[in-house]
Amino acid sequence: MDLQIALLLGQDGITNGAIYALLALALVLVFAVTRVIFIPQGEFVAFGALTLASLQAGKLPGTVWLLLAMGTLIAVIESSLALRERRFREIPLLLMVNCGAPLLLAGTLFAISPASLPLPVQVLLALMLVVPLGPMIYRLAYQPVAEASVLVLLIVSVAMHVTLIGIGLLFFGAEGSRTPPFTDVTFEIGDALLQGQTILVMVASVLLIVALYFFFERTIYGKALRATAMNRTGARLMGISGNLAGMLSFTLAAAIGAFSGILISPLTTIYYDSGFLIGLKGFVGAIIGGLASYPVAAAGAILVGLLESYSSFHASAFKEVIVFTLIIPVLLWRSLTTRHVEEG
Amino acid sequence: MVVRCKSVGGVITPNNRARTMRNKTSIARLVALLGAAFVTCVHAEVNVGVTLSATGPAASLGIPEKNTVALLPTSIAGQKVNYLILDDASDTTTAVKNTRKLLAENKVDVLIGSTITPNSLAMIDVAAEAETPMIAMAASARIIEPMDGKRYWVFKTPQNDAQMATAIVEHMLNNNVRTVAYIGFADAYGEGWWNEFSKIAEARKIQIVANERFNRSDTSVTGQVLKVLAARPDAVLIGGAGTPAALPQKSLKEKGYKGIMYQTHGVANTDFLRVCGKDCEGTFLPAGPVLVAAQLPDSNPIKKAALEYVNKYEEAHGRGSVSTFGAHAWDAGKLLGNAIPEALKKAQPGTPEFRKALRDALEKTRNLTAAHGVFNMSPQDHLGFDQRARVMVKIEGGNWKLVQ
Repeated sequence: MDLQIALLLGQDGITNGAIYALLALALVLVFAVTRVIFIPQGEFVAFGALTLASLQAGKLPGTVWLLLAMGTLIAVIESSLALRERRFREIPLLLMVNCGAPLLLAGTLFAISPASLPLPVQVLLALMLVVPLGPMIYRLAYQPVAEASVLVLLIVSVAMHVTLIGIGLLFFGAEGSRTPPFTDVTFEIGDALLQGQTILVMVASVLLIVALYFFFERTIYGKALRATAMNRTGARLMGISGNLAGMLSFTLAAAIGAFSGILISPLTTIYYDSGFLIGLKGFVGAIIGGLASYPVAAAGAILVGLLESYSSFHASAFKEVIVFTLIIPVLLWRSLTTRHVEEG
Repeated sequence: MVVRCKSVGGVITPNNRARTMRNKTSIARLVALLGAAFVTCVHAEVNVGVTLSATGPAASLGIPEKNTVALLPTSIAGQKVNYLILDDASDTTTAVKNTRKLLAENKVDVLIGSTITPNSLAMIDVAAEAETPMIAMAASARIIEPMDGKRYWVFKTPQNDAQMATAIVEHMLNNNVRTVAYIGFADAYGEGWWNEFSKIAEARKIQIVANERFNRSDTSVTGQVLKVLAARPDAVLIGGAGTPAALPQKSLKEKGYKGIMYQTHGVANTDFLRVCGKDCEGTFLPAGPVLVAAQLPDSNPIKKAALEYVNKYEEAHGRGSVSTFGAHAWDAGKLLGNAIPEALKKAQPGTPEFRKALRDALEKTRNLTAAHGVFNMSPQDHLGFDQRARVMVKIEGGNWKLVQ
């Protein structure tokens, strides 16, 4: 292995690691705020990428129907609750947000031909289609059992994961898609080619991480999330709604997932079930951070990316084995160095 | 035969029986019903049990197969044929469970399936135990070789990997390829191809300079590609199926590889061309003749049979939707269409005698032209394809082009 190969592998590892880092952050965020181990995180990667691909192919992405169906379901549940509690004035707003907005979006997609739009608008449309699914899933699947044990929440996550994979196959078919790169710029460093898209992935990841930092440090909603993560009961006593915190964290997780998918879909082919493995590698990163520390999780995810890249060169057949074996020494070290506190 | 008429069995519940005791007319009605049911049951129907991988990793192969089964004839030699289709989700355990269910509950006369090799291998024991013929749609030669007491009941329709690998090696020799690198799936498909290809290539004095693996779900194969490039091979063979096989090819092109590239017949569907785009121009692959049916010379008997399938499938699912995988299911239907009339002469469907007669008739298949080739079965060869079952194809202008 000469220097050039080492550099190329390093570049590749950091690019993938950046995506894993984003997902690791989302996983840590969701777990800290809601105690949910968010297995379907990866599905948002696939949904984001494939929704964008369908828009570019001029097809109506299946996620529209999912959005409409879930919106209607939530509207029915919320309206019946409001009716029972005689809060009639809230019903029009409920219908507008949960049914009206998705319908408007679907109508827009029918009216215009998304294939001819410029790329940034397509990306925006794809995000608008996929991101609302996050809070909707929280409202439908997690909010009713929000106070249950971590194990119950994990089981709900597994169920959501399997459901979304099935829905993904139905919507996008068994074959994968690739979207055209955002930029065709390439840089030459020595005799190695550096692709613009790779740099874009890294820059976007860093920007997103910085934005998240400011969100948590500077905004009231960010602080509310942090407060909930630190002490759920205490936060509620201070007037922070647990449901709102849950929805907000799921919105962020969905946005990060969908955006990651859009970032890597020009670099690789994404399938309806690709998200799971990508999410799982983010999860390894999150585990290295003990599902609590953002910087360690991000660093762990980068490590996963690098390890993956170098092991694919040296022992390609055992790549996944090497990456996932990393979890064992980390867990060992974690369990030896930290004092275990029983969930109250 | 009567066993399968559920309408009869279902009528006598304890509740009903109590009521018939009280009411004699009901008894008479029941007897009449029994008689009527018996009459309809004299013409037993042929039940074909199908298990395939319409979901899971092999879905891109299983879905066209499922669509094709829906196009198979529902009546053969005046006998009604029922197809009972179950999805095994590309999972071996489910495939075995499906097989047992089809045999025990639906009393099928013949099994078709499954889509992939591990599932089909696991089904062999179950089919042989129930003495029911089985037609696999998976590629590996191990499904029918070595011939033994269990494989006595097993047939298959896709070409063996070895047949396809020989075609590639011959093409390499004709194009002065001396060194070759292999990148394949890290699963049964990639391993199977590696075993066949390395054996044949070494026998023909082609040097293999790199042997790499990647996963279907990988987001990057940079490591493997760099290693291949460092070995400077004249040609690269990518042992993958469906659109995932495009990833190494795109990475190789991106990193400036200029040699000849080969793919396997596992990529032969339109989605692969869509995903791989211009990076796949000039790639060679061996495939069943159905892929380039319209380009075959008129003298080739397979042309007519293959076009029949292509037209039928595209009529139902739109232009360009046809893939070679569905044609394996079509060929299984062809085998049955040929064997069922023979078996009907000897026994009634639903009996062990019929299943045995069907097996014997399948083994006696001679000169049956199907979409992928011409079947000539023998007790030793339960596939029966010859050289006519494969052609070399080149990707040109985003389309499959027959290499003459």
